[in-house]
Amino acid sequence: MKVRLVDIAHARSGDKGDTANVGVIALRPEWYPVLERYLTRDRVAEHFCGVITGDVERYELPNLKALNFLLHGALGGGGTLSLKTDAQGKVYSTALLRLVLDVPDAEAASLHLPGASATPAFQRSLRE
Amino acid sequence: MSQTSKQPDGRVVRVASGQGFWGDWLEAPRRQVEGGDVDYLMLDYLAEVTMSILQKQKERDPKMGYARDFVGAIESVLPAIAKRGVRVVANAGGVNPPACAVAIRDVARKHGVSDAVRIGVVTGDDLLPRLDELIASGHELANMETGEPLSTVCDRVLSANAYLGSVPIVEALAKGANVVITGRSTDTALTMAPLRHEFAWAADDWDRLAAGIIAGHIIECGAQCSGGNCLYDWLNIPDLANVGYPIVEGCADGTFVISKHADTGGRISVQSVTEQLVYEMGDPRSYITPDVIADFTSIHLEQVGEDRVRVFGIKGRPATDKLKVSIAYRAGFKAVGTLVYSWPNALDKAQLADRVLRERLKNLGLKLDHMLTEFVGASATHGPLAGDPGDPPEVQLRIGVRGNDKASIERFTREIAPLILNGPPSVTGFAGGRPKVEEIVAYWPALIDKTVVQPRVEVLT
Repeated sequence: MKVRLVDIAHARSGDKGDTANVGVIALRPEWYPVLERYLTRDRVAEHFCGVITGDVERYELPNLKALNFLLHGALGGGGTLSLKTDAQGKVYSTALLRLVLDVPDAEAASLHLPGASATPAFQRSLRE
Repeated sequence: MSQTSKQPDGRVVRVASGQGFWGDWLEAPRRQVEGGDVDYLMLDYLAEVTMSILQKQKERDPKMGYARDFVGAIESVLPAIAKRGVRVVANAGGVNPPACAVAIRDVARKHGVSDAVRIGVVTGDDLLPRLDELIASGHELANMETGEPLSTVCDRVLSANAYLGSVPIVEALAKGANVVITGRSTDTALTMAPLRHEFAWAADDWDRLAAGIIAGHIIECGAQCSGGNCLYDWLNIPDLANVGYPIVEGCADGTFVISKHADTGGRISVQSVTEQLVYEMGDPRSYITPDVIADFTSIHLEQVGEDRVRVFGIKGRPATDKLKVSIAYRAGFKAVGTLVYSWPNALDKAQLADRVLRERLKNLGLKLDHMLTEFVGASATHGPLAGDPGDPPEVQLRIGVRGNDKASIERFTREIAPLILNGPPSVTGFAGGRPKVEEIVAYWPALIDKTVVQPRVEVLT
């Protein structure tokens, strides 16, 4: 089943030089293993292919039900050198939440994961 | 309060965050001391680039070079300092803590409370006068990101400051200071030092020191842990207009609760605190500070009441023998110009304008090292991930250039406005006038041996 990251996680991002970090946090504790299993370093690197110039690193924080990604070469030089609107990587968080995961149907059903056809949680609260 | 060793273990020390960066809400410090009981007010003014801005100000006027907002902040909390015993710890000193101290002394005099304000000044972080000597004696100060030695930009360095830890702040508090002003201290030390002072944590009590650091990390960005910039359930976070800034309620054992004053807006939840914990994080097992290495994978959070999150279980490891150094250097010039194009086909019009402008800049033979075009409303922040924007009501064309040749950057700023009359149609949004040329002061992070840096503490009497 296709599962949008925005429906199962929230996130915050920041900068350190030319590297952006994105912390991704499961919306429910029982959904953390889904992040750990399917939101791999390679999957995120593929997502940001052509957007960042460097490598991707992943760290796990099971205690916080969170993953931390470092996106190198993400900020056009970083800090004051950058010409980007998002020079400090503040909204790389939501860029990552655009990612769609493939989760086996049985696993998605047992965890009650929202399917990609549903209106995203953050939009739902606004539109209704 | 300073007789910590005689205090019972059950005591709670409240450290309130009143400023998350220079430019944060001016109301916050006063609201934090008037909204309820607090023991310490922690004010963080220094971001990576702030030191260089302050250094430029000091070059123009030797009495400047500190965060001037701090003077107003102190003025707004003077009654709490003088009458209720609230103590303030701030890195407002920037590149000139002594001048900042004089400004605070003058404010205290003006309000007739000189006797009640004892200013502690922490210096020793400024390495600029010693830079040549340090490089000559083998300290490369290589860029932590690129590995380049500092000698490549040496002639362009504006400021160089070591990040100091909690030790000199604790010393100032122990000497009786109730307003402690530092230069480049770590943001987290401003919170950890009062807890360490009050509970007399030993220099090798790694777990508690790490807990104090993590308490500092949670509240160092002000309301960013209490509902501000919080994505989780953002639409239902109550009363952001009246947002409550966070307070650490610290215990001797290193556990603490993040809370905020009653009758304030915002929200403190496991989710809001977690978002702040992962902010600007690197390797979570090794959050390196001058005092201790904190392990973020040991943190446990528990909602223990409305707007109350308990933090416990934190582990730390011995600190390294290095200090981080924040160096700022001149790195050329930049300018950013914008124009807004409207429906129909706003994005096509903006793209055509970009092509026209680039051709003109090329024909002028300008020396530009880097040029970036963004289409705000279509792809500026998420790039190709944003997908097809359709036919939006408007798109802002945003073009930035960077280079060492100031004249070329100047010339670029004069090429934007002509597009209004001689470029694609349906263009507006140029009321701001010609773009400004800005000198770039870039950040150079490096490491230096701890033994080279000697913090100094002075309490003014």
